Amino acid sequence: MPSLAVVAMKFGVVVFPGTWSDRDCGWVVDQVVGAELSYLWHKDADLKGCDCVILPGGFAYGDYLRTGAVARFAPVMEKIGEFADRGGLVWGICNGFQVLCEAGLLPGALIRNASMEYRCQWTSLVVERTDLPFTSQCSEREVIRIPISHGEGSYFADPTTLSRLEQRGQVVFRYCSTDGRVTSNANPNGSLHNIAGIVNARGNVLGMMPHPERCAEAELGGTDGLKLFRSVAANAMKVLAS
Amino acid sequence: MIARIIVTPKPVVNDPQGITVKQGLATLGFREVSDVRVGKYIELSLEGSSEHEARQRVEAMCKQLLANHVIEDYRFEIDKDGHRR
Repeated sequence: MPSLAVVAMKFGVVVFPGTWSDRDCGWVVDQVVGAELSYLWHKDADLKGCDCVILPGGFAYGDYLRTGAVARFAPVMEKIGEFADRGGLVWGICNGFQVLCEAGLLPGALIRNASMEYRCQWTSLVVERTDLPFTSQCSEREVIRIPISHGEGSYFADPTTLSRLEQRGQVVFRYCSTDGRVTSNANPNGSLHNIAGIVNARGNVLGMMPHPERCAEAELGGTDGLKLFRSVAANAMKVLAS
Repeated sequence: MIARIIVTPKPVVNDPQGITVKQGLATLGFREVSDVRVGKYIELSLEGSSEHEARQRVEAMCKQLLANHVIEDYRFEIDKDGHRR
């Protein structure tokens, strides 16, 4: 176990019926990073003073109808929308990214993998933004290694939305080869422009398909995910104060 | 009153499910199938509204929940004297 640094910030991890990555995220927050942690039940209409809200992976409400379609109506989501409007940090991972798209907090949608397969594998990602509270501990165009685990992670947006995302630099992570080349071979799911993660225009709402919470300790085969958690822990207060 | 709603992936959206079904049909010898799109059928039983009002309500339901306008199109019919199939 790494020694615990005292981090004066509080993470909230949202739990819907069917969420399964909540304990993994919670473990990284309080056992690895050493920050304060609260689980937020989907019926909670209160974010318990959290500085960053994580929407973790899983199958919220069974992913019935569409991934994230029903979760967006949960009482906690209304509060998360208001929190995001005030500049609060919201971080959707895998199913959480799908929920954020359905809720309209991020543009586009996640559709079935082009291969029709559920993909559970390591991926390489090039980090295209390091000025964000989520990525400040990464270096410019760093290639990080983070696993994916999804059947519906193929990012889609209409051409206008896609070019707006590119022009405004809202693509944060792109699937790439181990040496950082963005190629179709490195794209595990058919995402347009190899998109693995995007941020809203203001820079406080991040959605990503890969699972950083699954690679935050050396025992799990990699620690690149920890950089993102540490970035948030270091920067959240600055963003909230601005 | 019954509303019958069909939700389909937009033509520009890749439909790997449809592609897989098309391949399956070709394997079975149905080689005349040039394209397959797989969508959803949703049937609603409605109470106490006029057909006009039901149409407006179902339209709102499709927009707010039943279809995702980013990736899906929808169409529906209202059957005033219909029964569940």
